[in-house]
Amino acid sequence: MKFKLTFWRVVFIVIMVLGLYSTFIRFSRGLGAATNMTDQFPWGLWIGFDLLCGVMLAAGGFCMVGAVYLFNVERLHAVVRPAVLTAFLGYLLFIVGLMFDLGRPWFIWHQLIYMNFHSVMFEVGVCVMTYTTVLFFEFLPNVFEALNWTTPIKWIKKIYPVLIVAGILLSTLHQSSLGSLYLIMPSKLHPFWYSPALPFFFFASAVAVGLAMTIFESTQSAKAFGRQLELPVLVTLGGGLLVALWVNLLLRVEDFFHRGLLRQVFTPSYEAYFLWLELVLTFAIPITMLSFKKVRLSPQLLYLASISTVLGFITNRLNIALIGFETYVGHHYVPKWTEFSVTLMIVAMGFALFGLAVRYLPIFHTEIKHKLEQPERIKVGTGALSHAGD
Amino acid sequence: MSKAILYDATMCIGCKQCESACAQQNKLPYDDTVAAESVQSAHKYTVVLSKNDKFMRRLCMHCEKPACASVCPVGALHKTKEGPVVYDVWKCIGCRYCMVSCVFRQPKYEWGSLNPRVRKCIMCPDRVVAGKQTACAEICPTGATKFGERDDLINEAKDRIRQNPSNYLPHIYGLKEVGGTSVFIIAAADVEDYGYPNSAKIGDTPMPEYTGRVMERIPDFIPVWTLVLGGIYWVSHRRDEVAAAEAQTKNGSGR
Repeated sequence: MKFKLTFWRVVFIVIMVLGLYSTFIRFSRGLGAATNMTDQFPWGLWIGFDLLCGVMLAAGGFCMVGAVYLFNVERLHAVVRPAVLTAFLGYLLFIVGLMFDLGRPWFIWHQLIYMNFHSVMFEVGVCVMTYTTVLFFEFLPNVFEALNWTTPIKWIKKIYPVLIVAGILLSTLHQSSLGSLYLIMPSKLHPFWYSPALPFFFFASAVAVGLAMTIFESTQSAKAFGRQLELPVLVTLGGGLLVALWVNLLLRVEDFFHRGLLRQVFTPSYEAYFLWLELVLTFAIPITMLSFKKVRLSPQLLYLASISTVLGFITNRLNIALIGFETYVGHHYVPKWTEFSVTLMIVAMGFALFGLAVRYLPIFHTEIKHKLEQPERIKVGTGALSHAGD
Repeated sequence: MSKAILYDATMCIGCKQCESACAQQNKLPYDDTVAAESVQSAHKYTVVLSKNDKFMRRLCMHCEKPACASVCPVGALHKTKEGPVVYDVWKCIGCRYCMVSCVFRQPKYEWGSLNPRVRKCIMCPDRVVAGKQTACAEICPTGATKFGERDDLINEAKDRIRQNPSNYLPHIYGLKEVGGTSVFIIAAADVEDYGYPNSAKIGDTPMPEYTGRVMERIPDFIPVWTLVLGGIYWVSHRRDEVAAAEAQTKNGSGR
């Protein structure tokens, strides 16, 4: 096989080379040399993006598993595998990101022996470890199918109910707990983002992003692999996304109202600009778009709405992790290039691994099989199409 | 009985002997350059600040209910019964949650190290356990930093303010802040001018309660949510099984 040098491959190689150089700086000269973190700003981009956003972006896994196996939304069966794959890769890369950020990553296993049950971080750590294991087992059938091993698939099928319930339970816990991490900083985090309801926001946004990411990745991989997209699947996801966004919006407005912030929200300030950016991307653009039937029936426009949603919630979490502390600290934090470079490398690894998995494993395979096996279900699927505009 | 430190800023002459004694006790470098530094850092646990000829010490407040200890995932920080909040470096994984959670911004980090540690005043726990004073209190020439029983020091602080009301602001900083600390400050100037957080802003609620309210629900949440999820799973699959069985009998009778 001949290796062709395409544009994206060149980009990938450049990102990887810079990333490896930054990795070298991080582990040979320490966090001080590799980051702009200080005693005043002990958590930077790696916590804000790699951890808070990484876990959120991997939420599609538990959302799709929940939709299909708990609520029997059969139409979405085709996207369970790519969503679980994204989640599995997401959590693996989250752990890679953690290795960069922790000051003493070689002691990460201490989490398992020196347990502090009062610590939110402990809960997040344990949930992430267990959930990654659950995802590993949910992902394994792909490998076994590729290798044509039928017996182990049967074993995993046996424990599937346990995996499904455990996976959703663990996700509920740690997705919301990421928000609980910030509950202990009421006097530090800007009131726009500090709220006693943070755990609820984090869970609600994880669900919205889970749906948006599933739209994003199925469209993206359809483009890349020249596959035909199943419109009913996207339509269902788009409808779900609209509902999830409304729930998020109501929660946020309710929270601003209860804490008497509505006036401050509309008064221009440094924080308000970032809040507006976040609110426009998370709510104004996608909700307006998705309210039109035309958009919900168009893969391209759904794709754009999902990108806006994902970017919006990324802005939200970066606001919580970085912007929300700047007034308290009294100076700005701008990540060093090495911090960006490591984050980019991790994201690029995610894309590359996803591409490889899709190429060599039956990730999208089931879709076709599914169609052949159950022609009736497709009819149900198109039924949803006509409902979409109601 | 737990121990505490009372710092009376009106008695402080800014000699910085507490700084050097602290450095010596904790085997940290101390010279003119370090003495001139007006910020706390991984190599300077305490600092004497001056503003308008008035002095103010900064050091770890050793909270009664410390946020740092509650957030640490591996329990590397804990409050001892004698009063000091101490750090077990061998447990630390370097997540720096203690630094982010502390309202007094006390934990500092060895950013340049490849095996970095969290650094802060640990109230000389070895000396305290041995019945001695902290290094800073022992060396203080004016008694501005005084070590003793927590309850006694609270009474003494109240007495000093009562006897000389014109000398002090009527507030013992640390008595109620974040649920009480083991370091008390009485002064003529507002502690906020020296970087301490505003009392009203940080409040009297112990910091661990903010996360505790959520964390204490988890043991109940896990079984309930498991049952709910399991129940939904069972119901939705039962429906499928029944539908499949019905379809089979229908087909069977049709033939």
